[in-house]
Amino acid sequence: MSEWTRKDLLGIEELSAQEIELILQTAESFKEVSTRSVKKVPTLRGKTIVLFFFEPSTRTRTSFELAAKRLSADTLSIATSTSAIQKGETLKDTFKNIEAMKVDAIILRHSSSGVMHTLADSMGPSIINAGDGCHEHPTQALLDMFTIKEKKGKIKGLNVSIIGDITHSRVARSNIWGLKKLGANVTICAPRTLLPREIEKMGVNITTDLSKALKGADVINILRIQKERQKAGLFPSMREYAIQYGVSKEKLEKYAKKDVLVMHPGPMNRGIEIMPDVADGTYSVILEQVTNGIAVRMAVLYLVSQANSDEQEQ
Amino acid sequence: MKLLIKNARVIDAKSNLDDQLDVLIENSKIVKIAKNIKDKDAQIIDAKDKVLMPGFVDMHVHLREPGYEYKETIKSGTMAAAAGGFTTVCCMPNTNPVIDNQGVVEFVISEARKSALINVYPIGAITKGLKGEELSEIADMQNAGIIAISDDGKGVMNADLMRRALEYASMLNIPVIAHSEDNDLALGGVMNEGYVATKLGLKGIPTLAESTIIARDIEIARYTDTGLHIAHISAKESVALVKRAKKDGLKITCEATPHHFSLTDEAVLGYDTNTKVNPPLRSDVDVQAIKQGLKNGTIDCIATDHAPHAESEKDVEYDHAPFGIIGLETALSLAISELVEPGILTLNQLCEKMAYNPAKILGLDKGYIAEGSIADLVIFDPLKESIISAADFKSKSKNTPFIGQKVKGAVCLTICNGNVVYNNNVSESAC
Amino acid sequence: MLKKEANLMDDKMIKRTLMRISHEILERNKGTEGLAIVGIQCRGAYLAQRIADLIKEIDGSDVPVGIMDITLYRDDLTMIDYCPVVHSTKVEFDIDDKKIVLVDDVLFTGRTIRCALDELIDLGRPQNIQLAVLIDRGHRELPIRADYVGKNLPTTLEENVEVRLVEADGKDEIVLINQKEKRQ
Repeated sequence: MSEWTRKDLLGIEELSAQEIELILQTAESFKEVSTRSVKKVPTLRGKTIVLFFFEPSTRTRTSFELAAKRLSADTLSIATSTSAIQKGETLKDTFKNIEAMKVDAIILRHSSSGVMHTLADSMGPSIINAGDGCHEHPTQALLDMFTIKEKKGKIKGLNVSIIGDITHSRVARSNIWGLKKLGANVTICAPRTLLPREIEKMGVNITTDLSKALKGADVINILRIQKERQKAGLFPSMREYAIQYGVSKEKLEKYAKKDVLVMHPGPMNRGIEIMPDVADGTYSVILEQVTNGIAVRMAVLYLVSQANSDEQEQ
Repeated sequence: MKLLIKNARVIDAKSNLDDQLDVLIENSKIVKIAKNIKDKDAQIIDAKDKVLMPGFVDMHVHLREPGYEYKETIKSGTMAAAAGGFTTVCCMPNTNPVIDNQGVVEFVISEARKSALINVYPIGAITKGLKGEELSEIADMQNAGIIAISDDGKGVMNADLMRRALEYASMLNIPVIAHSEDNDLALGGVMNEGYVATKLGLKGIPTLAESTIIARDIEIARYTDTGLHIAHISAKESVALVKRAKKDGLKITCEATPHHFSLTDEAVLGYDTNTKVNPPLRSDVDVQAIKQGLKNGTIDCIATDHAPHAESEKDVEYDHAPFGIIGLETALSLAISELVEPGILTLNQLCEKMAYNPAKILGLDKGYIAEGSIADLVIFDPLKESIISAADFKSKSKNTPFIGQKVKGAVCLTICNGNVVYNNNVSESAC
Repeated sequence: MLKKEANLMDDKMIKRTLMRISHEILERNKGTEGLAIVGIQCRGAYLAQRIADLIKEIDGSDVPVGIMDITLYRDDLTMIDYCPVVHSTKVEFDIDDKKIVLVDDVLFTGRTIRCALDELIDLGRPQNIQLAVLIDRGHRELPIRADYVGKNLPTTLEENVEVRLVEADGKDEIVLINQKEKRQ
């Protein structure tokens, strides 16, 4: 069994396949905790974890907060509106201040790609990326992989199609890195205007045709399409997007495998990228993703906290 | 006062000179270039194994004064320039207030007279406030002392206004320096569009944003029979466009910066904000095209686009950091390491790119060595190896991704108007 | 460093001991009504299953068996210099009002049992908790004692008791290992 030595989790790109497997395996053990009547273990008792969200998020923040609380850590949630950022303090100053308050881990979401990469090395606390700009969202990819593995028993050799706004999606990037490392075949599907330049170098198949992305797929991961992208002129209308790229039961039955898994990182635009008959249908594992998110985040918090306390002792 | 430089390898692009010679300087002028000059009144500078060139001319720097003196001043900027072997710099108008009227031009010139170590020529704005809306008072600024006009930092998006600017400037015989960027194509971008940007999740600036405007401006210049100098060319397509324009006989010139021939966008991996620059660091094919362009003469000169920023301004999210790299103190060693050492440029061609051509484009009687010419000179050791260190910088700012890099070539002495303005441990002794 | 091993129990003795413990459990609890067995990962879990099998042999009734991983409850997580692998806890029955027999291989400082007690109580409210161990080697650091003991074995701190089981190690035996340097 490989060992975990990272004090931070910044992205999937830098992880090895063994490290990803270790997180997924550890998460399996943590899944049970959430099924107990007392949904709590004392593992991180006395540790302080700060949730720093510079971007609105309900799902990820709640999931991380529950994960931390179920490990008995004390949590503090900071949202942008109450932070010092608006008073002209730089991000680095803010973090140095939080560090000086002796916290053990910082879970950070920020709209700028790469913010934590420049911060993490100089910081004592563990830094966990809860989404940075269009770059990475490692725990989302981990919970997606966990869900696939749980449902399909494996990841290697599976055909996974990621459908939607790839250009602006950190979920897509983290998933592509992780799935490729674990041996899946990844296809991305979007209108050409939402495909980033030279994405093929990440080792994915590319199509702009939804039927091709559905055909032969074991798993499809549907991304949220944001209204701002339409306003920025990247596609003509939400209506046209729904017609071209919206995943409906009819399209699934026509093109996809019978046992295809449908995933969505949420929040969903029902009737746009995903039709209600798919979101609530038999293929959907969307709510299981949410449940698994807590176990995966508990595993991540456990592993980085352990690695960080080892580091401090040495 | 007399200065006698002994045994230097004297290189001059204008006269195609490359020989071991002595140079005698008296009262700010070069009075004699010959072998074995003897003058018992002169101070001797031994330049054995060193290269003597005309002082470098940088037609593209940001000295930040007035308005941003915390980043750089005319004094600190010219100290940095002297340390880099430059004897003439032209400062861009994106100061606060903008150099868009005779008053600000006069301020810069009078400040330079007080505190500059070397020659400083201001560049005026093409449009008032760099807003791209109305022409500024170009003739009035020319009378006050500007040497060129540019809206550097922003593209002139209105093609009609660009046409009028070229026509008006050609009438005044003043060069126009174009910052070629399509604001819509580049909107929100922070680095080169390509695989690295895709991986990092950063918004890209396509090469297209530069090449389309260059194509447009070349056609405007062709139609109006005017000349144009294109600043900091960065893309392969842009080099090809300029090459064709030159072949067509148009009066198009262009420059490249040391960072654009030294680094690719791979340098952005790790999100170091000191790699954030506009135009952005491009891909390897672009860097190769820039090098080829320098070699085959498509690219006329090397300009640093020295753009100082305070550490606190760069110490932010990549998206929010200002664009810019300082370049005056690293230009020569990067040029030697990246261009001369690998055989892309000869020292004579380097002299042309860093001294003679920029002076010629600007209409300055500088950038060459001849008896009777002004003694603006640089002596450097082309073989000396060093590691670029922030502590050595004279500039107020340290924003460069080259810190820690091992390079070849170091400036030993800079002479401006016959005076030593920078001396890195060269002994001057009387005979 | 010389490792000296001394055999404490062979497979036959282990079997006899477990049989005796099973009888004692049945006797004390007056049958299997409300009884459940929970083994501590990983050798305690095998022993728990064996005891349940023996009870079935003796009494004919099925007793629910659970497995518990106590890693998440350890009080020394910040003191050990490696990252312990977390295994699953599988207690798939309701423990409320159950008589729980907790099973482990060796009782030593008592800290593992403390973790297990905490975890059990987080899982529900059993009627009572009893403790069965194969070896009690002394050196308690907490006020914990076993209800069913295979063998009381006074040891020194330099000694180590290793329980090997077919399920994990290929054969059944218990050995005493002396890790102290051999004195001349």
